[in-house]
Amino acid sequence: MRRGRDWRPQLRAAGLALPLVAFVGVTFVAPLATMFSRSVYDAVVADALPETLALLEGWDGESVPGEEVFAAAARELMRAQEERVIGQVAGRVNRVQGGMRSIVAVTGRRLAAAPDGSWRETFVGIDPAWGEAGTWHALRTAGERYTSRHYLAAVDLRRLPDGSIARQEEDRRIYLRLFARTFLVSLSITGLCLLFGYPLAHFIAHAPPRRAGLLLALVLVPFWTSLLVRTTSWIVLLQGQGVINDILVALRLVSDDGRLALIYNMTGTFVAMTHVLLPFMVLPLYSVMRGIPRSHMDAAASLGAGPAQGFLRVYWPQTLPGVGAGSLLVFILAIGYYITPALVGGSTGQLISNMVAYHMQTSLNWGLASALGAIILACVIGLYLLYERLAGTEGVRVA
Amino acid sequence: MARRTICRFAANGFDSTLRAPSGVPPFVYTEQDQRVTTQADPHVEFEDIAKSYDGRVMAVQGLNLSVRRGEFLSLLGPSGSGKTTCLMMLAGFETPTAGAIRIAGRSVHALPPRKRGIGMVFQDYALFPHMTVEDNLAFPLDVRGIGRDRRGELVDRALKLVRLEGFEKRRPGQLSGGQQQRVAIARALVFEPELVLMDEPLGALDRHLREELQYEIRRIHRTLGVTIVYVTHDQQEAMVMSDRIAVLRDGMVEQVAAPEALYEEPERSFVARFIGENNRLHGRVATVDGDVCDVKVGAQVVRGYRVVDCRPGDPVTLSIRPERITLHPEPGVFSNQFDAVIEHITFVGDHLRIHMETCGRADFVAKISNVVGQGAVLEGDEIRVGWTAADCRVLDYGGAEGAV
Ligand SMILES: Nc1ncnc2c1ncn2[C@@H]1O[C@H](COP(=O)(O)OP(=O)(O)OP(=O)(O)O)[C@@H](O)[C@H]1O
Ligand SMILES: [Mg+2]
Repeated sequence: MRRGRDWRPQLRAAGLALPLVAFVGVTFVAPLATMFSRSVYDAVVADALPETLALLEGWDGESVPGEEVFAAAARELMRAQEERVIGQVAGRVNRVQGGMRSIVAVTGRRLAAAPDGSWRETFVGIDPAWGEAGTWHALRTAGERYTSRHYLAAVDLRRLPDGSIARQEEDRRIYLRLFARTFLVSLSITGLCLLFGYPLAHFIAHAPPRRAGLLLALVLVPFWTSLLVRTTSWIVLLQGQGVINDILVALRLVSDDGRLALIYNMTGTFVAMTHVLLPFMVLPLYSVMRGIPRSHMDAAASLGAGPAQGFLRVYWPQTLPGVGAGSLLVFILAIGYYITPALVGGSTGQLISNMVAYHMQTSLNWGLASALGAIILACVIGLYLLYERLAGTEGVRVA
Repeated sequence: MARRTICRFAANGFDSTLRAPSGVPPFVYTEQDQRVTTQADPHVEFEDIAKSYDGRVMAVQGLNLSVRRGEFLSLLGPSGSGKTTCLMMLAGFETPTAGAIRIAGRSVHALPPRKRGIGMVFQDYALFPHMTVEDNLAFPLDVRGIGRDRRGELVDRALKLVRLEGFEKRRPGQLSGGQQQRVAIARALVFEPELVLMDEPLGALDRHLREELQYEIRRIHRTLGVTIVYVTHDQQEAMVMSDRIAVLRDGMVEQVAAPEALYEEPERSFVARFIGENNRLHGRVATVDGDVCDVKVGAQVVRGYRVVDCRPGDPVTLSIRPERITLHPEPGVFSNQFDAVIEHITFVGDHLRIHMETCGRADFVAKISNVVGQGAVLEGDEIRVGWTAADCRVLDYGGAEGAV
């Protein structure tokens, strides 16, 4: 006979949820955790040069370090050369100070088992930079396991040798401007989506059922089509020799050699992203508008309100939850959008996500990429919390 | 400008208000004057109105109806009979396919709803959920550009009228159904329209609340003296509230009359069936003698009061109210006396319902008042029943509709 509570139903339920938990863990929690850890933790240099870095702890930071530091560095660089991690080490140090890649790599290659006189002379003989304190600063900074330098870099800041924080040199300040541009572009795209989506959603929500279904399908078809297909169709339409330019030329609105640059710039990004994100605006608006009975507008009219007054005072306020939800969705998606600007944005239409992709794929500075990603995520979460606060319990939840 | 009506609502403090029937901002306040209400003063007129939504099926046709100033007129009819359609055309939300609607003698064909100056209570209340009760009531005043002080005054009065003082700051969602309905009524009245339309305003409320609000609406009507056109499919509600009732059926008016007249003197078998309970006998006219005619119902001949034009041989329906049937009549007192078998008896409290078989119908019902000495019948008794010819109305044949 069984006693007490029967746990089997609970266990069965938990068992059924297990695949989902595992899936979320593997595809969502783990990547996020990795990303965060990468943005603050990097052990490549620390693992390769432990002794050198330990000795540098006691260094005054102004003069050139002593012979024992050079000796340790020589041993460890030679070992790194043997173990073929010298390239990685060189890359890490290079991110702290430009030009260090070749210095470290060449030194690693040229060092021999025994010094040419002192180790110090040998190093300076290979590259005079070793005789400067800045080089050792770079090495020491790159050797920190836990570091804030990725986040600093992501907001155009850097740490000076004396430990203070300063702005990045003029020509290397790119991220803040890019963030600002991304926000501005996202905001404008949200505005455009609202401008186009609101009347559309209104029309669909109050059309007779059959027509409403058809229109909704028309809104959703692009939603169902591959993003790539949609984006490339815009290329076909907008490019120099594209449909729109051809028509404009045929109508003699522009001359043949004055064809408009509609793509591979900000215009292209705007057009394609607005199109891609429009359904995310239309759907929440539609669902909110559907819930507003026709009798409300009738009531407003019977109470003496003209169409504009009725709209502004009765209809619009009731659609605000949808406006909020749709705008938030579009804005958040736009901030993180990558593929469309990458394909049609050219060099001027790139957004912050494209920079993340660049650091992931080309420069292989995953720490910086992670820091940029984390900042975007923080912005999005902040926005959502703000929205929750503003919309209160009446807002339509998007998450 | 067309005629202006000046009216005074002294009783509840709605003082003088000058209204322009055309509805263009009607708020000009002038000297008080007594409202003139004559029976022959039509406020609303429907003239040969027809309406079709799809061009094929007629939702309303051949509608002629006149609503008197200050009258409470109900549109009563089964679902789909065109009540809402009539109201929507009057309010201006639908355009008649044919015919003319006149308010205070002026055709309103070209007038949009907001310029008709009609107060309207919607079935779903249509309160604006994002506004407080106060703001809902102030809305019609605000769009008319009425100053803040005057606005507050009118809102307070309207709330007092529907007995909702103290609820100003609530949102509609924080009110009960009955309270919401009161707000809706107050909002339709707050800008002092002369004509108020209500489309099944009590449809969503429970029985108790309905009765309470029926009384309230009635009271408000008496207090303000506005013209009310009220839509309902509940005959009892229409009977209790209305000065006159227009019975609609399939988009046509069957009869317009005061409740008593509708009950006592139905002119159509549909009306007789729809208003109150009645026993129906189908037969063919045998002889006609002035207002009286004999109708052959199966093997019996029943004498009735002729309401419709008929000739011998015509199919007709006879309608007899259950409370007009006498059990154990003295021989020779009634022109109609027949044998009946008591099927069963239902005790209702103040009266008894006697179900019996007579004149070939098994579903005959008589209502006997529950007083000492009455109800001296038992189930299974074979008795005589009788009724006068005057209580037996000969109407158009309504047997094809099946249900009794
Ligand atoms: N918007 C519309 N489009 C098409 N047909 C309509 C429309 N509104 C009403 N009808 C049709 O017109 C007829 C009358 O409808 P109406 O709404 O006036 O009836 P009603 O008497 O108000 O009924 P209920 O008691 O159910 O509200 C019905 O046959 C209905 O199907
Ligand atoms: Mg209706």
